[in-house]
Amino acid sequence: MKQTLIALVEDKPGVLNRVASLFRRRNFNIESLAVGHSETPGISRMTIVTDEEEKLRRNVVRENLLKLINVIDVDDVTEQPKVVRETALIKVRADATKRAEIMNIADIYRARIVDVATESLIVEITGDSGKIKSMADLLRPFGIIEMARTGALAMTRGVVTPRDTANYAKYAANGNGSI
Amino acid sequence: MAEMKTGAEIVLECLVREGVEVMFGYPGGANLPIYDALNFYPQIHHVLTRHEQGATHAADGYARVTGKVGVAMATSGPGATNMVTGIATAKMDSSPIVCITGQVGTSAIGGDAFQETDVTGVTLPVTKHNYLVTDVKELAYTIKEAFYIARTGRPGPVLIDIPKDVQNAKCEFVYPEEPIDLPGYHPAERATDEQVARALALINAAKKPVILAGRGILLSGATRQVLEMAEKGNIPITCTLLGLGGIPASHPLNMGMMGMHGEAAANHAIQEADLLLAFGMRFDDRVTGKLATYSPNSKKIHIDIDASELNKNVRVDVAINADLKVVLEQFNGDVEAIDRAEWLGAIREWQEDSSQRDIINTDDGIFRAAQAIFDVWRFSKDNNPVVVSDVGQHQMLEAQYFKHEKPHTLVTSGGLGTMGFSLPAAIGARFGTPQEREVWVIVGDGSIQMTLMELMTAVQENSNINICILNNGYLGMVRQWQQLFYDERYAETPILSPDYIKLAEAYGVQGMRVTNRDDTFAALEEARKHNGPTLIEFVVEQHDMVYPMVPAGADLHQMIRRPAK
Repeated sequence: MKQTLIALVEDKPGVLNRVASLFRRRNFNIESLAVGHSETPGISRMTIVTDEEEKLRRNVVRENLLKLINVIDVDDVTEQPKVVRETALIKVRADATKRAEIMNIADIYRARIVDVATESLIVEITGDSGKIKSMADLLRPFGIIEMARTGALAMTRGVVTPRDTANYAKYAANGNGSI
Repeated sequence: MAEMKTGAEIVLECLVREGVEVMFGYPGGANLPIYDALNFYPQIHHVLTRHEQGATHAADGYARVTGKVGVAMATSGPGATNMVTGIATAKMDSSPIVCITGQVGTSAIGGDAFQETDVTGVTLPVTKHNYLVTDVKELAYTIKEAFYIARTGRPGPVLIDIPKDVQNAKCEFVYPEEPIDLPGYHPAERATDEQVARALALINAAKKPVILAGRGILLSGATRQVLEMAEKGNIPITCTLLGLGGIPASHPLNMGMMGMHGEAAANHAIQEADLLLAFGMRFDDRVTGKLATYSPNSKKIHIDIDASELNKNVRVDVAINADLKVVLEQFNGDVEAIDRAEWLGAIREWQEDSSQRDIINTDDGIFRAAQAIFDVWRFSKDNNPVVVSDVGQHQMLEAQYFKHEKPHTLVTSGGLGTMGFSLPAAIGARFGTPQEREVWVIVGDGSIQMTLMELMTAVQENSNINICILNNGYLGMVRQWQQLFYDERYAETPILSPDYIKLAEAYGVQGMRVTNRDDTFAALEEARKHNGPTLIEFVVEQHDMVYPMVPAGADLHQMIRRPAK
């Protein structure tokens, strides 16, 4: 199973660079990295998927992230029950004769058509990476012109959050930039 | 209302409050305001090195002998990039230094201004943490935070990049008295009860345990606790290069250094052990040899302040992320007194085998580097001196033949293996060492030529250091590998030296040359008498090698031994 990490980091200039640099210099591979604001001002949240599978190696990755001063907390949620979602925008070659067929596929995947032009459609799909891959495979024969993916977001199920980030609110005032 | 101060003044106010008495640096365009303010802070002695790399090594050397944070300063661009080697050296060896660099004005950043470099970007991978301070109001807190991060947890280098306009800007100066509290930085302290119980069970059941003592035993201040455990349980100890001095070399349980050029007996014991107690060390490739066959039959307990070191290179049975001293105090009381006579007896036999190949007492008229180093030890040992060694054969020979009895008496670049480290580091170490104790530099003819310009710094500071150059006319360690593994094709390892006596004279340093072992003590005596830097060139046998040696990638016990006579 791919490693999924949730990292809470200070929202300061250069923090994304610190995380990316760490992965590069330690020779860890990032499969995807998604970052944005968390529920607490001044604290950003990263979901990082790596190709490490073995438990001790996974812990080394986590501990290295924790070593970064601006990284507040890291949860390895690989083995926890969680919701993982990713969004993709896929631009498919589609003239009038193909539209209905593509819209059918989109329906099955509960995807949405968000743009229609004479020669193309944009399909927006949200799901885990398997679902996105499966739909992309179905669309490929029509001709995929472009595809953009957000990378995975993860959240554990139930009321237990990785950490009570309210504890970190007092630090949030120090936040003076964006990642 | 608090007093208004410039950023430059705030930097120095903060340094004074951190107890900084000496700093090492080089002025330039982007740190002029700080240097100007320095005129009004006579309590800080500034040492003008001849290169910014020297400033970082000097700060590092100071930090290693005092345990305090060393401070180095440089200007933007080339000044800052010259520091990178010194910062990386400090990072690998967990040495606490704070580097302060000037930066071009905030409005010019990103525009390729004169002497602009992205210094926080360049140093990101080699610092423990770094800062670009863009607001003068954040300066005081940032400096306090930088010192805190540098010296706590696993110590390391921290860099603060300060644009020139921030140095000139004024704000109300209120020193942040409250302790540093960072959301993402909490150095580990104690082991859990469960970890203690599991470790104790392994220790008390072990028949053939070995303690591996790294630099962590010094940094944690746990040397007494380690020895206490060893003596109680009759557990033999072997040190990493940077752990030397942590345990008295003369202690009967101390087997000496482990690893590539370690004592054969120590490596043998590691391979035969049924329990390894790894204390504040990181299983570097130079101490493990081939990982797949490393200490194959042992259980392993690893205690380190840095959690990311646990299970990094060697898989262990009990991994404890904590302060070594605290942990040992937690469980030393329950370590059982066991005599382990059989195990210690086996080790003694291996040790006897090693000493038969000893070369320090061979009297065949050939003057070997090892003998010169051994003589420096015999001559200086009662003074409890600090030895600063460089990188190469002489470094390994020093580790083998100079018997360190006290902590913090060896300063050397272990992890990064930075040639040129010793001379500037010795200048720094001199400032951190009481005057009655001597500072000896053990350096090769290759290494000394890398940072030779710092000789003038030593003269300018009238630095009482004794520089022993072991001149074998080769980059000896590289030549050793060529000799052993590249069919004696000596590509670019023969190296010429200047006439060191004339050079010393040109610099105003007392210089001596020793070509015969009989003359070493007279020269050393002369160096001791002289107040100020001295330089002794030992012209030694050219082709001698460092034995024993574990070839890279070989099993730890597959050592190449000195051919028996």
